[in-house]
Amino acid sequence: MSEKAGTMLAPLRARLMVAMAVLSAMLAAAVGAGLLIGRQHVDFSALFSDPFSRTLFFRLRLPRVLMGMIVGGSLSLAGAALQALFRNPLADPFTLGVTGGGILGASVALALGWSALLFGIPLVFLASFGGALVAVWVVRMISRTGAVMLPGALLLSGVVVNLVSAAAVLTIQYIADPNSALQILRWMIGSLDVVGMTPVWQMLIPLAPAWIALLAFARQLHLVAIDEDTAATLGVDVRRCETAVHLLCALVVGITVSVGGAIGFVGLIVPHAVRMLFGEDLRIVLPGSLLLGAAFLVLADALARTALTAGELPVGALTGLLGGPAFLWLLRRRQQYGVM
Amino acid sequence: MTPLFEARRVSYAYGRGPLVVREVSLEVAPASMTAIIGANGSGKSTLIRMLAGLFRPVAGEVWLDGRPLAQWEPRLRAREIAYMPQTTAAAFPFPVMDVVLSGRAPHIPRFRLEDARDREIVLEALESAGAAHLAGRNVTELSAGERQMVTLARALAQQPRVLLLDEPSSALDLKHRADLMRALARLRENRGLSIVMITHDLQLTGSLFDRILALRSGEVAAAGSPDEVLRGELLAEIYGEPNVRTRRIGDQTLVWIEA
Repeated sequence: MSEKAGTMLAPLRARLMVAMAVLSAMLAAAVGAGLLIGRQHVDFSALFSDPFSRTLFFRLRLPRVLMGMIVGGSLSLAGAALQALFRNPLADPFTLGVTGGGILGASVALALGWSALLFGIPLVFLASFGGALVAVWVVRMISRTGAVMLPGALLLSGVVVNLVSAAAVLTIQYIADPNSALQILRWMIGSLDVVGMTPVWQMLIPLAPAWIALLAFARQLHLVAIDEDTAATLGVDVRRCETAVHLLCALVVGITVSVGGAIGFVGLIVPHAVRMLFGEDLRIVLPGSLLLGAAFLVLADALARTALTAGELPVGALTGLLGGPAFLWLLRRRQQYGVM
Repeated sequence: MTPLFEARRVSYAYGRGPLVVREVSLEVAPASMTAIIGANGSGKSTLIRMLAGLFRPVAGEVWLDGRPLAQWEPRLRAREIAYMPQTTAAAFPFPVMDVVLSGRAPHIPRFRLEDARDREIVLEALESAGAAHLAGRNVTELSAGERQMVTLARALAQQPRVLLLDEPSSALDLKHRADLMRALARLRENRGLSIVMITHDLQLTGSLFDRILALRSGEVAAAGSPDEVLRGELLAEIYGEPNVRTRRIGDQTLVWIEA
């Protein structure tokens, strides 16, 4: 008996190692593809002799791939954490309105022309983080009545926050001068088009510590995802965990959105893919989502860059087109679980 | 001698509402079985949630080992007290093994993973709870009764000294109910576990439990041995049902409603 049940589920350590190895390999392959694929051919043999190839590779191609990794990994990690925290497979930065809040914050900053840096961090980051934080807070307040989190109210309040944010952004665009309005529109669609490595470093400085902090909550989130009450009686300070994860997710999503714009549904699809491949344990799902999210967006961006014969498709449009149907499919599956 | 675990005149109110539990005291001795009975809405679940440390009493205090519960570090408290809620929602299809393994969390340092010893304990807990056959399934596939058995196994994997159960047998059939009761009696016998359990099954309380605490509108209506509490007129008052009859047969108490 003991041996039979023991083999039903390999020990976590083994599962974690397999998952990390497989996903790292996928990420490496995606990065390879992302660096190779593009409208302009990069001559790798002439990388250090030909200035054009060098500029193309180091100023455009490489930063863009790194940006895809950072944005995709961040959104997926935040999505996995939010799904666990709210015990809702349909939660993600986009459906909970966190992205919407971030966009509103960033739009305000863009309209006001805040391009200044504060200790090397762009003010747009802070505005976007602020917007995302307000959105998380509103959604949390509305969906929690007493000790109970209502899953339906959660998603509905996310929808409302998104709608209000979108309306506010439209108002800002209408009032702002045409240049700012166009800038907001282009950026809102979601793109990873960056030049040079500066934006990459600017993002990594606040994001890398936030990733590590979120990963450190993996076990607590695992216990919360199984059952909130259970987690509390197992020694998890649920309120503290909730507050910390909210703050970290708002930070991660806010900064991601302020650079990459609204890249929807990545945070929804990727954690589910990791779950399907490697099981439900959050200690695998969180780091796994970071890796697979990075790989996914790099590939999606490579596809978006080359899909149209003339011009580039914004990667946000592509993930939205893929993500919408995926969301509906999950919704249908979710109804079989009953808790909605 | 101070009891292992006790509630001293605890009260609770939700938000600014009225008190739903009022000055309830309860003493739990090592290796004892205590039943909490009462009509629906009489404050039983609120009381047990205070005992579990999920709710902080608005007045009074819960004590464990001579120290107020609020002063215990949550993880150390979790090694002593396990709580099995009435129902658990399953948002994700977690494997049963994962759910029961989560009961080991208070015993494992934060950045360590479960080891072979933890898995042994989990398999034993599954066996004790009569849920060994469910080990390979996912919680979302289980019936309410099966889920209760898995939740019990999770609580046992904590290896606590006090086990708090909120209607653990509500979704169990006759056979599994008997299995559960035998398992609890064995755990008390072999491990010295103290059990506090909310139940509507008065038949069970008469034969298995040392003490019964009866609540009515959040207050203690009666407390004592089954002989003292399971009396027709007292039960009629507690449940507001005038036709309750009881009869003592050997060490069992028969409870029925006269039509």
